[in-house]
Amino acid sequence: MNDLRELYQEVILDHGRKPRNFGALPDANREAHGHNPLCGDKLDVRLKVKDGIVEDVKFEGAGCAISVASASLMTEVLIGKTEAEAGALFEKFHALITGEADVTLEQLEDLDKLAVFSGVRDYPLRVKCATLGWHTMHAALENNGEMVVTE
Amino acid sequence: MNTESPIIRPAGLDIARIRADFPILSLPSNGKRLVFLDTAASAQKPRQVIDAESHVYEAEYANIHRGVYDLSQRATVAYDKARTKVRKFINAASDREIVFVRNATEGVNLVAQTWGRKNLKQGDQIILSEMEHHANIVPWQMLREETGLELVVIPITDAGELVWEAYEKAFTSKTKLVAMTQVSNALGTITPMAEIIKVAHAHGVPVLVDGCQAVPHMPVDVQALDADFYVFSGHKLYGPTGVGVLYAKAKILEAMPPYQGGGDMISSVTFAKTTYADIPQRFEAGTPNIAGTIALGAAIDYIESFDRQALLAHEHALLEYATERLQALNTVTIYGTAPEKAAVISFAIKGVHPHDVGTILDFEGIAVRAGHHCAQPVMDRFGVPATTRASFGIYNDFDDVDALIGGIAKVQEIFG
Repeated sequence: MNDLRELYQEVILDHGRKPRNFGALPDANREAHGHNPLCGDKLDVRLKVKDGIVEDVKFEGAGCAISVASASLMTEVLIGKTEAEAGALFEKFHALITGEADVTLEQLEDLDKLAVFSGVRDYPLRVKCATLGWHTMHAALENNGEMVVTE
Repeated sequence: MNTESPIIRPAGLDIARIRADFPILSLPSNGKRLVFLDTAASAQKPRQVIDAESHVYEAEYANIHRGVYDLSQRATVAYDKARTKVRKFINAASDREIVFVRNATEGVNLVAQTWGRKNLKQGDQIILSEMEHHANIVPWQMLREETGLELVVIPITDAGELVWEAYEKAFTSKTKLVAMTQVSNALGTITPMAEIIKVAHAHGVPVLVDGCQAVPHMPVDVQALDADFYVFSGHKLYGPTGVGVLYAKAKILEAMPPYQGGGDMISSVTFAKTTYADIPQRFEAGTPNIAGTIALGAAIDYIESFDRQALLAHEHALLEYATERLQALNTVTIYGTAPEKAAVISFAIKGVHPHDVGTILDFEGIAVRAGHHCAQPVMDRFGVPATTRASFGIYNDFDDVDALIGGIAKVQEIFG
């Protein structure tokens, strides 16, 4: 049960239930659709980028608690970041979740509250859930409008 | 909550003894008793099947239909014997009607690529149901790309049953095939296959039956059904992966062009001309899954060592008990409530995504499927992206159902 709580931390449950920055973003100028064919999760991420700064981000879609909470927290940390910073955060978050790189939490000060997802790395099958929103955001910044598929 | 089963447990089956045949069930899962509720995806294997496969490699392995030496002859005899076992198991008229393939998916693809390519042209129609597995949709779509044929999809009701009037009215002069499941993998619905075939034949249309979920659960008689094609996978029948069966009536198989070219499917080869072997070898190019096929024969022996009606009754009792306990939880919705169901229950817990359900149940040692079950049109039909599915096999008992209900309580505790 302790382990489960490590995965499903209160912050994740809270954002899963009440996602922040959830909805349409009519003045978005970057957009991508994300899809995880394994579970059917679908997320749209829209950003408003001006002078290289992410001024606003919103997402819409349906998914599990992990994917919705991850996208929700992502939108919170991205607002105000430069495109380059957003890209770097994506890389760091990915490293944290997959456990691929030797990233310590201390080195991840930028990740801030995103550290609650560190428990996901013990669940390889759930990594796709935690990164769907991020991949979609990244695609929106890199190639506007492309469909992102994680599997 | 009432934890007592109101259902009379069928006599004559010693589930504890059956469980002891399956080595994996004695291993813990996340430190707990493994509660395996994903048999519809793939069944666990009894010692008898594992031993049969090992035995081939340890004692009687060589390539088949080739050598004149003793080992090759023994392997050939064992392989051919497996064909006879399959023939008897589904009551086909002849061993020649049994083609070994990798799995049911390959069986459908074989029919689409040989019979389909030869007999279907632009404007022809194939009737499917809304509850088909992707394996009985995509091969026909691929053929549609090639030929310009049309797929006619028969809808299902809210309970998950075929809309019968729609089926009866779907036939036109262009209808060339009905391809339909006997048991829905996502909903558990048992379709009225004998009647489905009767109607199709009245229109002169052959029928391909996806028997993947049917064969492990109920006795199947392809002659009584009068099925033209019948496919199933070995791994869902407590057999190994990598071997499946395509049954087709001999006169249909005889008229079908070969599938893949290679060794074992020819009668003679020169660079000028190759003559193909007779059925079923014509469809079995290359060295097949020899050990797996022999082990599939062992799986059939295993299943047939039980009173199949008693197995059916046991699985049905599990289904009824699980349905009743799930229905008692007001946060649970069951998808697929047809009166005739196999032991498969798809459900949703209010406010919790199936993936989260699956992860939390896994913590309790409970293996369920969470996802679209390779039946996305079914998910679309019910307006859900995915469901959690518990499916039962011969080794499940009432404790497994109780564990599932206990696991769902944990889900609600976390997400409550």
